[in-house]
Amino acid sequence: MTTQTRTKYEAVIGLEVHIQLKTRSKMFCGCDREYFDAAPNSHVCPVCLGMPGMLPVINQEAVTSTLLAGLALGCDIPSYAKFDRKNYPYPDLMKGYQISQFDQPFCLNGVLEIEVEGARRLVHLERIHLEEDTARLLHRDNGIESYSLLDVNRAGSPLMELVTKPDMHSGEEAHAFLRTLRQVMRYLRIADADMDKGGMRCDANVSIRPFGQEELGRKVEVKNMNSFRSVQRAIEFEIERQSRMMDAGERIVQETRGYVDATGETVSQRSKEEASDYRYFPEPDLPPLHIAPETIETLREKLPELPAARLARFETQYGLTPAEARILTESRSDGDAFEEAVGIAGAEHARPVAHWFTGDVLKHLNALGGEAELGDTKVTGRHIGELVRLVASNAVTAATAKEVLDVAFETGDLPEAIVDARGLRQVTDAGAIDEVAQKAIAANPKAVEDYRAGKQAAIGFLVGQVMREMKGRADANTAAETLRRHLDAAAG
Amino acid sequence: MTIDLDLTAHEHAANLRAGEYTSRALTEATLARIHAQDASLNAYITFTDDLALAEADAADARIAAGDAGPLTGVPVAVKDLLSTKGIQTTAASKMLEGFVPIVDCTVVQRLKDAGAVIVGKTNLDEFAMGSSTEHSAFGATHNPWALDRVPGGSSGGSAATVASRGVPLSLGTDTGGSIRQPAALCGIVGLKPTYGRVSRFGVVAFASSLEQVGPFARDAEDAAHLLGAIAGDDVMDSTTVPVPVPDYTERFDRGLQGLRVAVPEAFFGDGLDADVRESIERAIEDLAAQGAIIDRSVALPAASAALPVYYIIAPSEASANLARYDGVKYGFSVTDGRSVEDEMAQSRGRGFGAEVKRRIMLGTYALSAGYYDAYYLKAQRVRTLIKREFEAAFATHDVILTPTSPSVAFRLGEKVDDPYAMYLNDLYTIPVNIAGNPAISIPCGMSQGLPVGMQLIGRPFEESTLLGAAHAYGQVTDWHRQAPPALG
Repeated sequence: MTTQTRTKYEAVIGLEVHIQLKTRSKMFCGCDREYFDAAPNSHVCPVCLGMPGMLPVINQEAVTSTLLAGLALGCDIPSYAKFDRKNYPYPDLMKGYQISQFDQPFCLNGVLEIEVEGARRLVHLERIHLEEDTARLLHRDNGIESYSLLDVNRAGSPLMELVTKPDMHSGEEAHAFLRTLRQVMRYLRIADADMDKGGMRCDANVSIRPFGQEELGRKVEVKNMNSFRSVQRAIEFEIERQSRMMDAGERIVQETRGYVDATGETVSQRSKEEASDYRYFPEPDLPPLHIAPETIETLREKLPELPAARLARFETQYGLTPAEARILTESRSDGDAFEEAVGIAGAEHARPVAHWFTGDVLKHLNALGGEAELGDTKVTGRHIGELVRLVASNAVTAATAKEVLDVAFETGDLPEAIVDARGLRQVTDAGAIDEVAQKAIAANPKAVEDYRAGKQAAIGFLVGQVMREMKGRADANTAAETLRRHLDAAAG
Repeated sequence: MTIDLDLTAHEHAANLRAGEYTSRALTEATLARIHAQDASLNAYITFTDDLALAEADAADARIAAGDAGPLTGVPVAVKDLLSTKGIQTTAASKMLEGFVPIVDCTVVQRLKDAGAVIVGKTNLDEFAMGSSTEHSAFGATHNPWALDRVPGGSSGGSAATVASRGVPLSLGTDTGGSIRQPAALCGIVGLKPTYGRVSRFGVVAFASSLEQVGPFARDAEDAAHLLGAIAGDDVMDSTTVPVPVPDYTERFDRGLQGLRVAVPEAFFGDGLDADVRESIERAIEDLAAQGAIIDRSVALPAASAALPVYYIIAPSEASANLARYDGVKYGFSVTDGRSVEDEMAQSRGRGFGAEVKRRIMLGTYALSAGYYDAYYLKAQRVRTLIKREFEAAFATHDVILTPTSPSVAFRLGEKVDDPYAMYLNDLYTIPVNIAGNPAISIPCGMSQGLPVGMQLIGRPFEESTLLGAAHAYGQVTDWHRQAPPALG
């Protein structure tokens, strides 16, 4: 975006986000919902295939997940909700209609706080509703003919649709919104919300208007983004495109545009001659749902501590820096592990625990790939807690502790056990060090000579010899003192 | 020995248990008769001889083991709208010719559990849309009382085969009168249960909020046993209601003494044939003579709006329910179109019959943006009024009595080109589906040699009251014993 357009026009952005829920079964039948990597059409039954006479049965787990999401995002939960049929013909829609929610969804309003460039702001939500996913069409061309294959595994999976108000003003804000939303979904453990796997899908409505103008500009719907970054780039491209058009006095057309990842541009998709008429009507096969106040209260009590609250608490309770707190609250399980570690190491060692997490542990996780969490490894909070306790009590040296962590990541063994099994406990016993120190003096006459000649650095060499002999377990201070005592005594 | 196929189901059941004959023998004789009759009636789309004989042998084993219920070993026919595992289920549509379901619908499963012997799939109006069984891709069914007349519809095949003594029992579905009207036109008993009483799982859907599966029989006792076998809550159908299923013969001893009968004048207006009216009036006198309290002061003004309400709601639901038949996944498919859209359009254009297409278009229109409030929403509001009107009437009455159909069986071809005349057949039955109450049609007279039916409407989930009244009426009259002429 050029500085000029930035000052001239205000972009107004609303998002429609689809999130696949991580339930055991599908939305309206008993099929196993986890179909990722499964053979095509292996997770299907007469209900999700839309065979004649088959009837939907509501998945309560999906309803509960949606209500949890609504509560976490500060939504109002109406006491009455219903499902509707959304009618449109398409080969990937097994019944010729999609069971969705039209005018009485589970969740209304709501808000999510985001942070962009250190500034916090609120993005308001319109609604959250529950619906079923469609099948997948796989287009093929074998050189002789082109054809389409239908994979029904996805059909009938529970899909939560969240609609924001036109409340964002840059691609960066949209990016931050999606990232924060995904974090909340994962904290709730109701969805993985991976955009690259189709677990989260996002369409953006983008319009611009001169600053100060009340009325919204004509909006363009942008589709086909498969990462947070592509959402941001698509929006930025679209703002730039619309700004240029407005500068040139051209009319912005209300249309649907597709984002092309390779070029970073949006292109007009075949514009529909008329607005689609989905002919919504209440789903006669499903009675309306009454959500009792007690149900809502029970669910509210089940809500975990959410990322923003935890971040603030980590800063005050453990004296962490905002950066540390952010890393430690990125995932719920990492934060849980941190607190488990602090519990073992002792509250006074919270900072060292945090250092381990944000330092060596993070290095191990990064080595495993972008989104690895501690839960994906053999190491737990208990490991880190024991490790910090060992260092704090001088039982191991910092150098040894790093080795112990490597072993722990490899084997999953607990640090205490690793240290004992490998004899890594730091030697503070003066007698044992004394013996090795005398050997080192005897074996290194050159260094002894240097020391006596006033080269203080030679003591470092001798300490290194002692450490090598003792496989790093010697307390370095004790070793140096012992060496000096012998050298000075012999000289005197 | 020869088996008397004119017996009722409970008479057969007693004979089977007494060892008079086996279910296999009964089934073989039944199959022979329905195959022979079908040359005249065309009541069946599919005969299920192999399945029937296997079930008959299983039933004989159960009877021998002393594990027999009232339906064990008894032949039953089912409307070809009910999914049957491994057996083609067509809904009388070219669209579904050759379609073989991989599951049984719940009611068929319950019939099998009860040991009933399913002998065939009966003819109907395509997707249950019609009142004459003429709108079938497999040809019209004929009325056994007069082969040039319709059996009514849409469950015409199920009614005709019971009336002709082909089978003692059958199942139909009733969305606007599709059990009661053919029962009336064929001179047998037909019952539409309360909405939510019987599972719709596996029943090819027409209008989801209106339809129920129900029994055809020759007397109330048989209907009670068949209803008892299929009724009850089903986890696969969220619209079923967990009300306990009673013994539907529980009110058979009660008689008619003190039964409070509302006779709403609104159901006796223009369009009702004089002969039919006369039969109904005589039936009312018979009931009064048995101690029933007749009240002619009940007005049901909103019920007169039921027909237009029905022709908004039913086609609207149908337009969505039938959207899945696009030729892509199963059934009739045009595969040489210019595009996927073209093939879907051509499959539907050629696969559906005229009446089905008419209703899809009606429903699509009624749900369209700009018309939804004026049609669908208004219809739902009137529906609520009709429900309340029935509730009010039932606060002070046990049953509402009306004619089932304005006329006796009409001639084949007489109304098939006049949709509105055809729709008027269901004038008295449709309000009941709109309200959701149960209702029964029972034979109550003859006119021009053709049967007349009377409808008794009851409170929700009080099918026992209707069956008890029908049974008591059958004790003092013999209209239900009248048989059509034997088929050649």
